[in-house]
Amino acid sequence: MSDLALAQTDAPVRRSVRSEGPVARAALIGLALLFLALVLGFPLVSVFVEALRKGWDAYHEALVEPDALAAVRLTLLVAAIAVPVNVVVGLAAAWAIAKFEFRGKALLTSLIDLPFSVSPVVSGLVYVLLFGAQGLLGPWLKAHGIEIIFALPGIVLATIFVTFPFVAREVLPVMQAQGAAEEEAALMLGASGWRTFWTITLPNVKWGVLYGVLLCNARAMGEFGAVSVVSGRIRGLTTTVPLHVEILYNEYNTVAAFAVASLLALLALITLVLKTLLEWRYADELSAGAKH
Amino acid sequence: MQTAAAPRWRQPSILPGFGLALGVTLTALSLVVLIPLAGLVLKAASIGPAEFLAIARAERTVAALRLSFGASFLAALVNAGFGMLIAWVLVRYRFPGRRMVDAAVDLPFAMPTAVAGIALAAIYAPNGWIGAPLDTLGLKVAYTPLGVVVALVFIGLPFVVRTVQPVLEEIEPEVEEAAALLGADRRRTIFTVILPSVFPALATGFVMAFARAVGEYGSVIFIAGNVPMVSEIAPLLIVIRLEQFDYAGAAVVGVLMLAASFVMILLLNLLHGGLRRRLGHV
Amino acid sequence: MSVAVRIEAVTKLFGPFPALRGVSLEVEPAELVALLGPSGSGKTTLLRVIAGLEEQNGGRVLFDDIESHRLSLRDRRIGFVFQHYALFRHMTVADNIAYGLKARPRRERPSSEAIRQRVGQLLDLVQLTGLEKRFPGQLSGGQRQRVALARALAIEPRVLLLDEPFGALDARVRKDLRQWLRDVHRRTGHTTLFVTHDQDEALELADRVAILNDGRIEQVGTPDDVYDKPATPFVCGFLGESNRIGVELAGGQAFLGDTPIFPATHNNGRGAADLFVRPQDVRMEPPGGQGLAGVVAAVRRHGAIRRAEVAVAGLARRLDVDLPSAIVPAIGETVGLKIVRATVFGPSA
Repeated sequence: MSDLALAQTDAPVRRSVRSEGPVARAALIGLALLFLALVLGFPLVSVFVEALRKGWDAYHEALVEPDALAAVRLTLLVAAIAVPVNVVVGLAAAWAIAKFEFRGKALLTSLIDLPFSVSPVVSGLVYVLLFGAQGLLGPWLKAHGIEIIFALPGIVLATIFVTFPFVAREVLPVMQAQGAAEEEAALMLGASGWRTFWTITLPNVKWGVLYGVLLCNARAMGEFGAVSVVSGRIRGLTTTVPLHVEILYNEYNTVAAFAVASLLALLALITLVLKTLLEWRYADELSAGAKH
Repeated sequence: MQTAAAPRWRQPSILPGFGLALGVTLTALSLVVLIPLAGLVLKAASIGPAEFLAIARAERTVAALRLSFGASFLAALVNAGFGMLIAWVLVRYRFPGRRMVDAAVDLPFAMPTAVAGIALAAIYAPNGWIGAPLDTLGLKVAYTPLGVVVALVFIGLPFVVRTVQPVLEEIEPEVEEAAALLGADRRRTIFTVILPSVFPALATGFVMAFARAVGEYGSVIFIAGNVPMVSEIAPLLIVIRLEQFDYAGAAVVGVLMLAASFVMILLLNLLHGGLRRRLGHV
Repeated sequence: MSVAVRIEAVTKLFGPFPALRGVSLEVEPAELVALLGPSGSGKTTLLRVIAGLEEQNGGRVLFDDIESHRLSLRDRRIGFVFQHYALFRHMTVADNIAYGLKARPRRERPSSEAIRQRVGQLLDLVQLTGLEKRFPGQLSGGQRQRVALARALAIEPRVLLLDEPFGALDARVRKDLRQWLRDVHRRTGHTTLFVTHDQDEALELADRVAILNDGRIEQVGTPDDVYDKPATPFVCGFLGESNRIGVELAGGQAFLGDTPIFPATHNNGRGAADLFVRPQDVRMEPPGGQGLAGVVAAVRRHGAIRRAEVAVAGLARRLDVDLPSAIVPAIGETVGLKIVRATVFGPSA
């Protein structure tokens, strides 16, 4: 018997052993898709349907209303501060953890991931207890005229807290997988530390950084729990877009609430599309662990 | 120049910038995360054990915690079942739109929780797309504890899918073929070969979904109805105490939730360690 | 005296585990030296200590009599070729080669025209002209290896270090590149150290070979020296093939049982010793002589020659004996054996 004949009979055998029958397969696929449609599809579609319930004019009106615009501006500002901070700290953390061996490394990694496991409300609470009117530092801050809670600094701090691990945890596995050989080569060729970082390390992890920035930005703009605790919801001043949605919804201004919410849903969709494109295009440069 | 001996707690390296990188990391971590969390623990400790226990054992606190943990457990169970199914379908079967469905699984990660919250509330309201037919069957979801579970299923689903998926992908075809050649039928192969090897990942996904659900706020409060003692979750109780300027009350619930977070982290580390021992990697 | 690289009593610990236990070595200018040893012998660690990639725990490394600690990595000017090349994957071949020149401080940096010319020369040297716009991912293993070498040569290194330069390549490419590296070395005259676990490579390429085992240098010498006059049992067993025979030494003779089998004239010691005999150094003779005798157990093809396995009474392992083409012993035939040449390691005299 020739090898070729063996190879030909091999394929169908493998299929039948490793797969269910066509009926079972169709049923399983159907059940999975039905569940996903109910749990994920309906909410997404309903946002846009509710937003357009009273037509395009009402939709448009809700978006250009001054308080809505102020909320958009505040959200952009908060993200513009929180995301760069996250990138710098994330790169620093990844560099220290990926390229060096030191005691306490595992603990440091866990501490960086800690904000993922803390309830967003608790993330806001800790700042109120620290900087609030009756907080530990409250009286001192008040005496010096510094506002943190119910003001921009508190919102930014709470946002940095909840997004803290994002860039670090995407960049870290990429840096670890790449090892230190290219950096060593650059140093041997006479490059300085900074030059090595800018010309070798950063280009090698750039897709990981971008991936982290994408997720960090989505969370920063969409964060609700932590920000709602520290914001005080002063209309037009300390309401971010998600808080503005809540206010409108609680005022039974449903169409306006969904109209503004649709902006965030669009942001989520764009994030998802870009994230998926990054994963398809640069799968090997983002590690397998970076898939969530 | 590297004549100076490196400190004993780290291995020497020719790469520069360790001090700077670690300094930036520790400073940011301390200022943003560790010191504020320590402040919470300090505040709770300053209340005194008697009052702490009184607040922790108050009926409303207990009811809120019970709802948060109970609903999260149920939601994580649902997620474990359907998450496993979805991961299986995505890894094993080829069908049109599979890659899009795969990408869509991450929607709850990307969607702001408040948006998910009002959308779910609208769908499951008595006049909503799903709420109306359920209402005719006499089943109320929105503004009941069941609504809480629904919201938590939404936000927890990707955790299970994304932990199980890579492990399923890594099962070598030869293992199943070996089982088949040894005489196992398909069902036996699935239950004795495949499921045991994904179980640690499934358990990890379950705990992650559970942990996320316990602390969840935004997607729940719109659909929950927030009736004290009935459909009021623990994070909401913190917010309410803060609005009443009852910092002690907020701090006690906050510390209990923080403690739960630490237990979950510990559990995940144990699971991860077990996974590593059994599979030799991950 | 002019010594390009002087290594003095270098020790290196990884945690509690000693990787180098007092290694000393001197390398002359323009010399090509191989660091040969089994995996875990410390050869790569030694190379990385010389490069400054690892810091030794004790001892010194000197370049042209300047202690290496006084030099920054840049001033050491060491060309290092990594085992897996460590090419910058996001840069073209030309940018990779030019990296070290562009990284120089502004005052010492050549003009971009000069850099371009230098890159051209190096590409010519490594026979990759025309590939300067390619990325490392688009090259074959052998081509990557040559880019890595060109990149290391670009900084006009005082020493060239290569870590398993052919380790990641398949057998045929290895052979071609060996010749080529020898050629490049002749033309450029760089002081060169390379690490390898392949003895053929070390013996064929190097002016001198340093054999490492368990963090120590066992022997340093020309390929002929180390092969023909092994200094330690380890070198004897590691280089080429040897039969190891446990013997008793007495009165300048090595005895197996009561049979004198080899005159160990340079060794006046008494007692148990090891005799290392290469298969080509045993001659098969008609039986009945004074010396060793045995029964042919098997005859196998061994490359260009045939080799017999001979069972000898008193020896647990059969002796390997290379056969001249004229002799074809039958299996089961009793033959006499004469040891022509051997190395004795035994009770110290």
